[in-house]
Amino acid sequence: MPLPRLIPCLDVARGRVVKGVSFVNLRDVGDPVELAQHYSDGGADELVFLDIMATPDDESTLLHVVERVADVLEIPFTVGGGIRSVADASAIIEAGADRVSLNSAALATPELITEIARRFGSQAVVVAIDAGKGVVHTHGGRVATDIATVPWAVEAAARGAGEILLTSIARDGQRTGFDLVLTRAVRDAVDIPVIASGGAGSAQHVADALRVTDAALVASIVHENPAGLPGLRREIEALGVTLRPLKERV
Amino acid sequence: MSDDVVVVVDYGAGNTRSVCAALGHLGRSSVVSAEPSLIAEAPHVILPGVGSARSAMIHLEETGAAEALRERYAAERPLLGICLGMQLALQASEEDGGVKGLGLLEGLVVRLDAPRVPRLGWALVEPWGDAYYFAHSFVAESPDTVATSEGLCAAVARGSFLGVQFHPEKSDRAGLEFLASCLSRD
Repeated sequence: MPLPRLIPCLDVARGRVVKGVSFVNLRDVGDPVELAQHYSDGGADELVFLDIMATPDDESTLLHVVERVADVLEIPFTVGGGIRSVADASAIIEAGADRVSLNSAALATPELITEIARRFGSQAVVVAIDAGKGVVHTHGGRVATDIATVPWAVEAAARGAGEILLTSIARDGQRTGFDLVLTRAVRDAVDIPVIASGGAGSAQHVADALRVTDAALVASIVHENPAGLPGLRREIEALGVTLRPLKERV
Repeated sequence: MSDDVVVVVDYGAGNTRSVCAALGHLGRSSVVSAEPSLIAEAPHVILPGVGSARSAMIHLEETGAAEALRERYAAERPLLGICLGMQLALQASEEDGGVKGLGLLEGLVVRLDAPRVPRLGWALVEPWGDAYYFAHSFVAESPDTVATSEGLCAAVARGSFLGVQFHPEKSDRAGLEFLASCLSRD
């Protein structure tokens, strides 16, 4: 297996990185390109950008951000939020993103997973699942569906998804550790990689997740201390999880 | 056009933007083109790699780029293939129900037999010793393999062609160093 990945996630609204508590009180924390560069320099293995407003007005703003990020970043990045069609996905990928993340649109139109995978390859399609009490949720985790989490992950993989981004709603933002039971259940059921998300509060939490699955998404733990990413990597490695070796800039 | 412009081959799919950005970071200008004369004559040509093998080959044949790439290889001018661009240089691929490649190098491209497919993430490449970023569902089986990653083909080389399964343009500093060394070949 490739080395486990540490993936900072940036929430974007109207072309800026924002941070909020439960999607309210959004606070501007910076320019996406500067933050992307900063995390890349700090040893991020990959980045995820989620457009949390994802209104049609924001579309060209988001594409512009994707282009600017692609021009500075030399690590892979995924863009999600508001992608509802093959045309939406194509625009994001052609602007320079490596992968798109589908959430509600994949639930509403599962064929979309297959269509994007056929055009750009499975490695370009991430299906994001917001899970709580065994079922998939929509609307940023606020609305429960009657779709069971594990069977949906299996279906997404069968339809061509190249990776599952699995968020535990209960753990999200709590910094009490990832839901390892949920993560293991989904990972055992599919034969594509799974990114654990929701709950990272310490290096120990991340190390525990990376022993169970392929990658871990981190947000507040690095946003509150962006300078701390290299330190976080060192702590994770000291706990016995081998990350990719970083090269000094020459 | 100035002499040191790198030609990134356009085949209608593929994210050429990242390859050009990485070249820019090395101080090299680039042009995305399928123009046969440019592909045959430029000092450095990169065949990038995202998309499907079948549509890539159809596009390369239709534009005359395929023939220009064969000419270039025969004339021993440097050519770098990345991911799908490396796979296309071989004889054939199992992808899309079977696709004939450029046939520059011996070998076939087969569906990846790995615990998780696509194989995504950073992995060490031996004997080179650095970690690079991989994202693939198919893999080369070739006698021209010159580097491996977890036992899988990571690079092939013969004559003036060098092909890598990983994405140097997405492989941080290790990737930039790799690209810089490729561009220093004559």
